Amino acid sequence: MRQGEISLAGLLALFSLYLMWKSAELPIGFIRGQGPGGGFWPFWLSVGMLLSCLAIAWNWWRGKSPASVSDEPLMDTFGWSTVLHVGGGVVGFVALIPIVSMYGAVAIFLLYYLRFLGRHSWLLTLAIALILPVGLFFFFEGAMQISMPQGMRFTQPFFDLMYDIIY
Amino acid sequence: MEVFSFLASGIFTALEPINLVLILLGVTVGLFIGAMPGLGSVNGVAILLPITFLVPPASAIIFLAAIYYGAMYGGAISSVTLGIPGASTAVATTFDGRPLALQGRASLALVTAALASFVGGTVATVFFTLFAPLLATVALSFGPPEIFALMLLAFATFVGLGGDDIPKTIFSICFGLVLATVGFDTISGEPRLVLFDIQGFMRGIGFIVLAIGVYGIGEMLWTIEQTRGEVTTTNPKMTAKVLVSDAKEAVRRGWKGTWIGSILGFFVGVLPAAGATPGSLMAYGVAKMVSKNPEEYGQGSPDGVAAPEAANNSASTGSMLPMLTLGIPGSPTTAILLGGMVMWGLTPGPRLFIDESEFVWGLIGSFYISNIAAVIINLAFIPLFVWMLRMPFTILAPLIFVLSIVGGFAASRSMHDLWLIVIFGLGAFFMRKFDYPLAPAVLAIVLGPIAEPTMRQSLLLSSGDPMIFFNRPIAGPITVIAIILILLPAFKMLRRKQRVAHS
Repeated sequence: MRQGEISLAGLLALFSLYLMWKSAELPIGFIRGQGPGGGFWPFWLSVGMLLSCLAIAWNWWRGKSPASVSDEPLMDTFGWSTVLHVGGGVVGFVALIPIVSMYGAVAIFLLYYLRFLGRHSWLLTLAIALILPVGLFFFFEGAMQISMPQGMRFTQPFFDLMYDIIY
Repeated sequence: MEVFSFLASGIFTALEPINLVLILLGVTVGLFIGAMPGLGSVNGVAILLPITFLVPPASAIIFLAAIYYGAMYGGAISSVTLGIPGASTAVATTFDGRPLALQGRASLALVTAALASFVGGTVATVFFTLFAPLLATVALSFGPPEIFALMLLAFATFVGLGGDDIPKTIFSICFGLVLATVGFDTISGEPRLVLFDIQGFMRGIGFIVLAIGVYGIGEMLWTIEQTRGEVTTTNPKMTAKVLVSDAKEAVRRGWKGTWIGSILGFFVGVLPAAGATPGSLMAYGVAKMVSKNPEEYGQGSPDGVAAPEAANNSASTGSMLPMLTLGIPGSPTTAILLGGMVMWGLTPGPRLFIDESEFVWGLIGSFYISNIAAVIINLAFIPLFVWMLRMPFTILAPLIFVLSIVGGFAASRSMHDLWLIVIFGLGAFFMRKFDYPLAPAVLAIVLGPIAEPTMRQSLLLSSGDPMIFFNRPIAGPITVIAIILILLPAFKMLRRKQRVAHS
């Protein structure tokens, strides 16, 4: 935890510096007749972020925050495995959307989560993984008229079939 | 008397079929969301906000407010039956609710919580009805310096009263405010902070992207990592006869805590950044302090359940008062509601009472109806909610992830924003591991688009002189209070050091 606290503060300080540099693309001072420039507000807020990171580092050095005096690891094996499997699953879900469509990605994500992480039966997994995307399709495309990403061309027959049901 | 005629018309608006259905649906969904460990009103409102575009704005906010109410009631269910607070607002409820459940009196705890929540919500709604028009009238005279001073006060309360690590809170506020500036400079029209030159940032970063990332993805990861699926449920036995006798006992042994929580909760809820969690903890503390039998607290006292439950419902209504009248959210949930109102084309603040009076009074009317609906649904369906609590988290979690991603896309229609949701979610998880409070960032991204223009207009008015925030009769005291609040932790630290030196 101790090492993580200072590493995160360092990373956020670097990000603050980047934001300061990026904000300075617009004027960061007072322009007569126009008021503060467009970069004024984000620049000084980024300075605030940087100063906060320095204060976090100062507290870390003095051992004032709980994380700075903790010798425990950030997460145990279970924690890392959970974050990798669940977080990785969510990343995979979003990555699949442009390929297999939103509804296809929902079905695959549910299949992965329920069967492989949740260890539920195939019957329950397939029931939820098939019914939910279809329900979402009718809700968004039918009731709300919101088109979700349709993925690559090979998904088109599915959408044609479903649109035939709606219209 | 004018207030009562407005209120009557508001109640009629809330009773319109579509609104009534949405209230019943919202309360039920809220009860369920509030009851799930790790999920609170803020998660429910953030995840479901994108799907409210189907209905008119008034109905949408009535639905979301009903979720807010339902979640406040629902938090007690898991606090009592699982011993895990449904949300941080129900933490204090576990202190006596869980011991009661372990003594086989779970139904008494649940009935006490439901009745206290009802009284708390109703008392707060009456206060709201009386104070809101008054506050809105005063706020009508506010110009840019006053509004900016109020924004400053909202952030200052997070620093002074939040109780979190101060540098991390300030970082969170500044981060949220910077995110709100991404896109275009609204005054010069020039592109601003197009991060890493990715064109998607030209559209700005919507508050909903951050809210869903933090509360839909980050909090869920946190809950999964923390609970590890080890949850045991206490099943209350509920029959009509038990319900009536428990209700009588709840009134007899919980009335004092209920009143303390109802009144204290409202005033704590009104303070920006305070909200329902400190409200419920304070109510518990005060109820114990004034009790003739303080030793019963922590052992299963109905007063110990009633005080925090009345307070969290009362505070949730109280936190809507500054949101509607001044445009400052009193809690993270109201910050999201406020963002939703802006998305629907409504401008929260004093003009809302004049320009959108039907909307405002419809919402106030819905508070009364939601309260009645929540207590009835809560009491009637406690066994059902307890049964649903046994749903494995491995089924609930993927459903929430799916709702977050699909809802996030429905709101933004952009893959860029979906990736941002994922990045914010993963970032929020790690930041939370290191105790960075994230609610201030969500509040800041909502208030940023109000704070920046008012600050720039004020400085333009004063030709760059920041004294404009100090020498005006309303802005001055607010700014001074904000500065005192910001410096409060430093004063406390100095006093602590002095005390240590003396001893």
